[in-house]
Amino acid sequence: MSILEGEGVTKYFGGLAAVSDVDFHVDQSEIVGLIGPNGAGKTTLFNTISAAIAPRPGVIRFKGKRITGLKPYQVCRMGIARTFQSVKVFNNMPVFENVRLGSFFGTATRMSSAESAKEAEELLDFVGLSAMNTTLAGDLTLVNQKRLEVARALATKPELLLIDELMAGLNNTEVAQAMKLVTSIRDKGITIFMIEHVMKAIMGVCDRIMVLHHGVKIAEGTPQQVATSQTVVEVYLGE
Amino acid sequence: MDIIRGVFKMPRLWWLISLILLVLLATLPLYGSAYTVILITAIIMYVILTVSWTMFFAPTGYLSLATAAFFGIGIYTMAILGEQLPLLPAVIAGGLVSFVVALIVGAITLRLRGVYFTIFTFGLVELIKHLLLFWEINVTGTRGRFVVLENNNTIFGVILGIFVVLMLTYYLLRRSKYGLALRSIGENEEAAAHLGVNVNLLKVFTFALSAFFMGAAGAIMATRWTYVDPYVAFNVLHSFLPVLMAIFGGMSQLYSPIIGAVIFAYIEEQLLTRFPEYFMLIFGVILVVAILYLPNGLVGLVRKWWQKGLREENVNS
Ligand SMILES: Nc1ncnc2c1ncn2[C@@H]1O[C@H](COP(=O)(O)OP(=O)(O)O)[C@@H](O)[C@H]1O
Ligand SMILES: [Mg+2]
Repeated sequence: MSILEGEGVTKYFGGLAAVSDVDFHVDQSEIVGLIGPNGAGKTTLFNTISAAIAPRPGVIRFKGKRITGLKPYQVCRMGIARTFQSVKVFNNMPVFENVRLGSFFGTATRMSSAESAKEAEELLDFVGLSAMNTTLAGDLTLVNQKRLEVARALATKPELLLIDELMAGLNNTEVAQAMKLVTSIRDKGITIFMIEHVMKAIMGVCDRIMVLHHGVKIAEGTPQQVATSQTVVEVYLGE
Repeated sequence: MDIIRGVFKMPRLWWLISLILLVLLATLPLYGSAYTVILITAIIMYVILTVSWTMFFAPTGYLSLATAAFFGIGIYTMAILGEQLPLLPAVIAGGLVSFVVALIVGAITLRLRGVYFTIFTFGLVELIKHLLLFWEINVTGTRGRFVVLENNNTIFGVILGIFVVLMLTYYLLRRSKYGLALRSIGENEEAAAHLGVNVNLLKVFTFALSAFFMGAAGAIMATRWTYVDPYVAFNVLHSFLPVLMAIFGGMSQLYSPIIGAVIFAYIEEQLLTRFPEYFMLIFGVILVVAILYLPNGLVGLVRKWWQKGLREENVNS
């Protein structure tokens, strides 16, 4: 069953169609990759799903319910969490509080202070940041800030997690760790839709891949199908 | 030294100190002169404006210059309702009218960010002032209004009460999850929204909450001034002074803006009576120095010295 579906999703910035008539779906417990050259419209598509911007025209459904027109906080509470391509951690707040915010406000059900504290501890442990509870988020390295964004998003208890370029700027070891993290999130039963440029990573963890180019979906399939697709190869070589 | 350090970590002791100070203040009319009561009333008025301004600015970073507008709304509410209502309900009404106006204004303007928000809130003071002038001259045919006079000690008691409720509110807000959410808004509004914070509602509500205290303060102060007109009620100094007092004292601790406001307001009262012609000048100099050399305010400076002292003490022992 599809947890997320989009129909004719379109977004213009002035005369430019950043996303153009894209149909897509993500199934329960899948890891779906979204790739494409810079400026292809990947982040914009994520923005329409997380309600940062409204698609016009286009409809997006989450678990069968229409979510277009909702506010970001509503979409979050329904069970869609996200990370940001350009990291947006709360720099002057300790790591621990960054995560707690998500569990206080992003979940569908209210959580007590003690519950949220326990939850935050576990999540920081899960992403490998438990030693840095009290560090200010702004003092973390980029890799750790990205891990923090993941922990913070997970604190909202999502069913679907949108990850925007988790691995950009990471070294090989860190990429391997990030890939493991992504798979273990899925093992928790969370569906993943991820934008990624690191091909090794995307080919390694995704069940299915979608390719955007100039806002248009030009290919879709298993990692093997996409890797051998003539159109995709041309787009990437043409860059 | 350890004992002293422990003491400053102990919130219970803070409570005790606050309570003692409060009792001393509350009994002031029993032992203080009439002049002292009036002076401290004026100082507490500034403390209320400064703390309520800080309550919204410190976590969110939204710099409002609408303080004079909400203060003035409180003044006019008292001028209009003072004769029909008993004192306390009229003071609460002053707060509520400001609260409602702030909700409406907030809903419109809090989409604005940075300097646009600041300029709009500043314009609001002028806008309300002139609307009121127009209304009074053309509709009610008055230019100013007389306000029911209250006894100085009563005014002092009410303003002290407003101050206590404000401090409790600010304390609870800072500790609550909403305080955390407000800080996250100040850090990154977009990220806060995507983590489930209803950013607009929280901003507008907190803005209105701070306006409630400004309005209540205006309502009670009106009874001290006996005659008000829109120029007196909507004086832009009441927008600027709280900002300056908060910068002067600092905003990191609950008490920092209080310290700034108390010292500043005391200096202001002294300068105004003794050297009225130099008032704005001296004021300006103090401010420039504070902005240049006290990034965390006076309280920040003292805390820095304090911590340095502790470190040296540790090295020596
Ligand atoms: N807020 C915006 N305003 C105007 N143009 C935008 C905005 N966001 C993205 N764009 C444009 O839309 C296109 C797609 O951008 P984006 O979705 O960020 O691409 P990607 O994430 O695939 O690199 C780009 O040409 C970009 O310049
Ligand atoms: Mg992008």
